[in-house]
Amino acid sequence: MSTISDPPSGSFQLSMLINDTRYRSYTFQFIALILLIIAFAYLGYNLLSNLQAAGLNISYQFLGEPAGYDINQTLIEYTSQSSHWRASVVGVLNTLLVAFLGCIMATVIGVVVGVLRLSNNWLVRQLMSIYVEIFRNVPVLIWILIIMAVFIAILPQPRDFRGEDATASMVLGSFAFTGRGFYSPAPVFGPGSGVVIAVFFASIAGIFAFRNYAKKALFDRGQLIPTLWPSVAILLIPSILAFYLMGRPITLDLPSLKGFNFQGGIFMRNSLIALWFALSIYTAAFIAENVRAGILAVSKGQTEAAASLGLRPGRIMNLVVLPQALRVIIPPLISQYLNLTKNSSLAIAVGYMDLTGTLGGITLNQTGRAIEAIFLLMLFYLAISLAISAIMNVYNNAVKLKER
Amino acid sequence: MSDTHAQTVAFVRDTMLPEQPPPASEAGVIKWMRENLFKGWFNSILTLLSIYFIYKIVSGAYPWFANGIWNTSSLAECREMLDGMTGACFSVLTERWNQLLFGFKYPTEAYWRPTLAFVLLLVAIAPVLYPKAPRKLLVFTAIYPFLAFWLIWGGTLLTPLLVMVGLIAGYFAFKQFERQSFSMGMLAGLVATVVVIWAGGIFPASMPDLLALQAIPSRDLGGFMLNMILGTVCVSLSLPLGILLALGRQSSMPIIKWICVVFIEFIRGVPLITLLFVANVVLAYFFPPGSNIDLVLRVIIMITMFSSAYIAEVIRGGLAALPRGQYEAGDSLGLDYAQSMRFIILPQALKISIPGIVNVAVGLFKDTTLVSVISMFDLVGMIRGPILASTEWNGVYWELWGFAVFVFFIVCFSISKYSQWLERQLATDHR
Repeated sequence: MSTISDPPSGSFQLSMLINDTRYRSYTFQFIALILLIIAFAYLGYNLLSNLQAAGLNISYQFLGEPAGYDINQTLIEYTSQSSHWRASVVGVLNTLLVAFLGCIMATVIGVVVGVLRLSNNWLVRQLMSIYVEIFRNVPVLIWILIIMAVFIAILPQPRDFRGEDATASMVLGSFAFTGRGFYSPAPVFGPGSGVVIAVFFASIAGIFAFRNYAKKALFDRGQLIPTLWPSVAILLIPSILAFYLMGRPITLDLPSLKGFNFQGGIFMRNSLIALWFALSIYTAAFIAENVRAGILAVSKGQTEAAASLGLRPGRIMNLVVLPQALRVIIPPLISQYLNLTKNSSLAIAVGYMDLTGTLGGITLNQTGRAIEAIFLLMLFYLAISLAISAIMNVYNNAVKLKER
Repeated sequence: MSDTHAQTVAFVRDTMLPEQPPPASEAGVIKWMRENLFKGWFNSILTLLSIYFIYKIVSGAYPWFANGIWNTSSLAECREMLDGMTGACFSVLTERWNQLLFGFKYPTEAYWRPTLAFVLLLVAIAPVLYPKAPRKLLVFTAIYPFLAFWLIWGGTLLTPLLVMVGLIAGYFAFKQFERQSFSMGMLAGLVATVVVIWAGGIFPASMPDLLALQAIPSRDLGGFMLNMILGTVCVSLSLPLGILLALGRQSSMPIIKWICVVFIEFIRGVPLITLLFVANVVLAYFFPPGSNIDLVLRVIIMITMFSSAYIAEVIRGGLAALPRGQYEAGDSLGLDYAQSMRFIILPQALKISIPGIVNVAVGLFKDTTLVSVISMFDLVGMIRGPILASTEWNGVYWELWGFAVFVFFIVCFSISKYSQWLERQLATDHR
């Protein structure tokens, strides 16, 4: 039998490249490769001849030249004399800032809404599903523009805070919500504040050590040590003591009305806040659905098994349901973070200077270096996406069910 | 048994008592409210908070709606009529509805054309969406794209007709050569289509006025119509592309696999807005010198690439969810790759992927609003640009954005409800 089914050796014919499944895949791949090379050559040729016709070339020299435009919200020092490269870095930081703030807020809202959608309170359940459906089914760009319109049309201008007959006032004397943005107190670190901060971080480390000790005591000796209140005490007491011992080195810089605008404090521009809130509530609607699906994915038998072992409801949630639900929730959660980061490029619609606004917006328009600027822009987002998916793969491998 | 207790118990009831009604707190509305609204102090607080919240919203929104004014010609007149009362100025919608729906350049006398195209879209899409609709309608579905193109862009009917004839010729050539092998059939179909279109190109060129509607350049499209066009065209184009990419990514041929992987991961890694920038400023460099591809077509190309990458990932999930036995069954029946994919694998994989595909479609439809960033005047672009910037309507935010929210919500919500319905219809497993 084997002599028959074995292929006849040494008689390779050209027709086997098409008819023989062993060689056919090489033919197809070869054709695909040739077509790909032809396509790239064609596009590259078009590109070169178009550039030549327009008298352009590909060069990244423009990154070193002075940008010549101002950026109204920066995390690092920047003037209009700084280079385009510096402007791009400012943009990158602004992108990361709004993405970071947005991810935190979206997670908080999303988890709360997701849990409330499973609540046994009928009214709350209905309200939450209305929220989720409305925000999921309307483009995020519209939400960004709507929140921006709130700033423009509803919130008071700084001049409304002035004078005897002011129509607006600051909240708690230290926060001002104006149409230009939000002003809040900023901490000022005087001499000696380093000690306070060091003590604060040391006490955070102390909390972890204490919790480990309590866990060890529970597992080794069966001794149950309360952790909540001691943790709070460890967190607060040493820091407060250090604060007063060092003579109150950290003070608050309150925003105050000077001339036509507020001075001092932390200023968050309206465009940043509009983008941040809109991205958060939009993404939170998706996260809520993920959270709900994750909790529902843990079968009821698990809860009942834990209850029959005598665990209290809080512990059932912490020790049995959540660890299993998280395995379902985290992967889509991370991809929502990724979506939020990519959607933050819509900043350009409200004039927030993220990377799309600096490198892909003003720099591109001023220098006319479209190909280079957009190439760098894509590279940045691609790098973030690939980094996040790499992290996700590592996580998925770590938590996946260990089966035989 | 009955006299066991005769000595110990003085009285034994031997008839049933009539049933008592349950206590008032355990029946009807009260029970429902106790269980669903006021179970424990925390739930009660939540309920009261929700009621307060609803009251605030309703008491704020009701006078705004009820005092709404529908027939003025500017915001100043609205304010005058309202005279300090809270009230909406819906007249911006009645006065500018044509701009919101069709854009500000589309000729007024041609509004019936996109409207008719939209109505016909509903007819054409019915047999695709509802398995029970008469199958003969599928013929109309096949004709529809050409008809819609002619209706919206105008020009002579011969152009779309020629493309259609070319595709029909390609189909018959494919049928002719399909028996030899699938790839031969595809090649023959492609050649036949190209030859027919190339050879027939003289007809529309020589008779530009035969059966012609007024030609409308695509930069005149706008408003919600543009969102609808981009959404439908890009979703329908990206489905076949997505299937091909997903199959390519699953392929055992390394070069083809890596081409698909790189394409999909690249597209999924960048925001749509950068791709739209590419369409706006870069893509023109890659076309042959002197060719002038208009912006709408360039945007359609980029959005189609974008959504096909996402659809490919959804379909790959469907392919991966199929048990290996299905692939092996195809092989053991002696089917070749194309046959086993067409008859065994894809029908099942696509069925599994329907919810995901609909999600992508809804997301894509929402993303069509991004074209307003590259200064195309879709619904959002119309609101931000010509309408809010005009002197009459500067400051009418809530009516306009409310309209946009309403329109998008209606479309996207009905699509997702449809997909849930379809999922139930297609569920052939017995649960």
